[in-house]
Amino acid sequence: MSPLVLNTIEVILNGLMAGVMYSLVALGFVLIFKASGIFNYAQGVMALFAALTLVGFQTGQVPFAHLINAIFGTELHHWSGGFHDFIAIGLTMLVMIGFAFLVERIVLKHLVNQEPIILFMATIGLAYFMEGFGDLMWGADIKALEIGIPSGGSFWWEEVTRTWAAEGSDYYGMYIDLLDVWAAMIAIIMVVVLTLFSQYTKTGRALRAVADDHQAALSVGISLRTIWVIVWSISGFVALVAGVMWGSKSGVQFSLSFIALKALPVLILGGFTSIPGAIIGGLIIGVGEKLFEFGVGPLIGGATENWFAYVLALFFLMFRPQGLFGERIIERV
Amino acid sequence: MFYREAGDFKTSYSADQQTFPIAFDRWAFWLLIAFAFFVVPFVINDYWEKSVLIPFLVFAMAALGLNILTGYCGQLSLGTGGFMAVGAYACYKLMTGFPDMNLFIVVILSGGITASVGMIFGIPSLRIKGFYLAVATLAAQFFLVWLFNKMPWFYNYSATGMITAPERFMFGVAVTGPNAPPWATYLFCLTIVFIFAWIARNLTRGHVGRSWMAIRDMDIAAEIIGVRPLKTKLTAFAVSSFYIGIAGALFFALYLGAVEPTEAFGINQSFLVLFMIIIGGLGSIFGSFAGAAFLTLMPVLLKNIMVGGLGWPTDLAAHLEFILVGGLIVFFLIVEPHGFAQLWRIAKEKLRLWPFPY
Repeated sequence: MSPLVLNTIEVILNGLMAGVMYSLVALGFVLIFKASGIFNYAQGVMALFAALTLVGFQTGQVPFAHLINAIFGTELHHWSGGFHDFIAIGLTMLVMIGFAFLVERIVLKHLVNQEPIILFMATIGLAYFMEGFGDLMWGADIKALEIGIPSGGSFWWEEVTRTWAAEGSDYYGMYIDLLDVWAAMIAIIMVVVLTLFSQYTKTGRALRAVADDHQAALSVGISLRTIWVIVWSISGFVALVAGVMWGSKSGVQFSLSFIALKALPVLILGGFTSIPGAIIGGLIIGVGEKLFEFGVGPLIGGATENWFAYVLALFFLMFRPQGLFGERIIERV
Repeated sequence: MFYREAGDFKTSYSADQQTFPIAFDRWAFWLLIAFAFFVVPFVINDYWEKSVLIPFLVFAMAALGLNILTGYCGQLSLGTGGFMAVGAYACYKLMTGFPDMNLFIVVILSGGITASVGMIFGIPSLRIKGFYLAVATLAAQFFLVWLFNKMPWFYNYSATGMITAPERFMFGVAVTGPNAPPWATYLFCLTIVFIFAWIARNLTRGHVGRSWMAIRDMDIAAEIIGVRPLKTKLTAFAVSSFYIGIAGALFFALYLGAVEPTEAFGINQSFLVLFMIIIGGLGSIFGSFAGAAFLTLMPVLLKNIMVGGLGWPTDLAAHLEFILVGGLIVFFLIVEPHGFAQLWRIAKEKLRLWPFPY
């Protein structure tokens, strides 16, 4: 094969991996949207917050150290060596569940039956709040997240692909980040588990019932408020996974919250209500933007990844406003 | 006691339809305007101009624009930052391309250019609604900022990629550039905002504004009673982008002087303006000003209290600001979804009846 074909294959593979990372964030959106009709903009910040908390527990930071130091003039920063990875993950999950509980109690309870736009804006407010809160609690500096997932290029894959190239061409093999491969596998496992959960468990069925019709679900004895806490906890868990993946890839930092913006076109492509849609939308966006950057990018100045996904979604919307797998929008007067 | 309609008889329809039906309001409004035009320019200093008054006026203009689109016409937009960038770059190209052109005309023209760009990005709104439209406007936000970063023609091939406002004069006084006196910049800004707020107020209560509101309340029903969605939505996009473009031009030429698109017109700017109209009140001219005042003054106040008063580090103040803004938005959506404008209406109602409960 010629190097150009191989390069294209490499771009597509890397696009697929990037797409999986987007899908991880989009999954959390879909879960909440299905169960409560809320478009949760805070999903990206939840991922950031979860990653910050995890690092905080791992390294044994004192929460709010900065604030306490400023008020009392103390010199607090770390209290000990920190927790073991598994305990830290468990504690972070507890924090996310507590957060889900508080969100339901303080925000959602009061906003039942409001227009979707109002709820969307409330989650933007929530996102700002969490961003400030996370930074205040754990500090705003860039942190490295290390929980034993291998990263860096795969030498084996490089060796294998080098033999594909034609004899005599100076082709050095494909680069694939091991971290991305791990992320892809974890994403696949999560989709399978979530699908099984919603199809075969009692809680899962209750979730689907609520998604279909709030009032009917209430009338057969499903507690909406409990379901909401469960859904927000699950998407907190998804946020934790996404935060861990993105955090180990590029460090835990402020820009992590912007992955929520990247997940929006993914959702539009896949449809807001479909879990497989989130995955396939993510893959299309990932491959699309990498290929566009590879093929067209150099001609028009590069960095097209910033906007390509949105423009793609925009054109897509013109023809299919409900997304690939979304339910048909029916409007009545 | 003095806040009464009693005794204030209206003898014509126009008097009946006026913006301030209560005499006290009218007086207060004109006093405030007179104060802003005739007193403030004499006492203004550099600090008040650069960190309080100009940002307030610029963001009030942007909030007016977004409020027309989102508050009156119901089309959620997250592309404000991108449209402000169009206004700023149009202003820059006009200022450098035609050095003799009057600055006022430059600003109006940059608004016009932004309006045409806004109409192009408004076309999808005919098929796309709600969140989907918000994502579509994100395309405008990211694409436009990218365009201004990558196409050297827009920043006149300058080495830094930044655009810098050259010095321009109005009536022989520098208005832009580093040597402009604070009062001149302030007066220029104030005049433009005053004129366009007045136009906005009258647009929104006329025929155009009513068709916007019909589309907002229920677009299918509006279509059935004869409001044309194409024309209505596109005029909303055009007028809104016109205002936002002017805000962008003022933001660049009068407030910052030199800008770099990624920082100055990023997505955060879009959210900031959106928050202003939510906190101020969707579908209210007063609300745009109240929201802009609140969100530009609160950080200054917080900074003065926490950094100046208590001696806390600045990054802590920045985090607390995030928490406060986010918390307030949620608070307002829960307690008073119509923002400051509604609180003001309630307060006026209470005042009229005071000291009696009914």
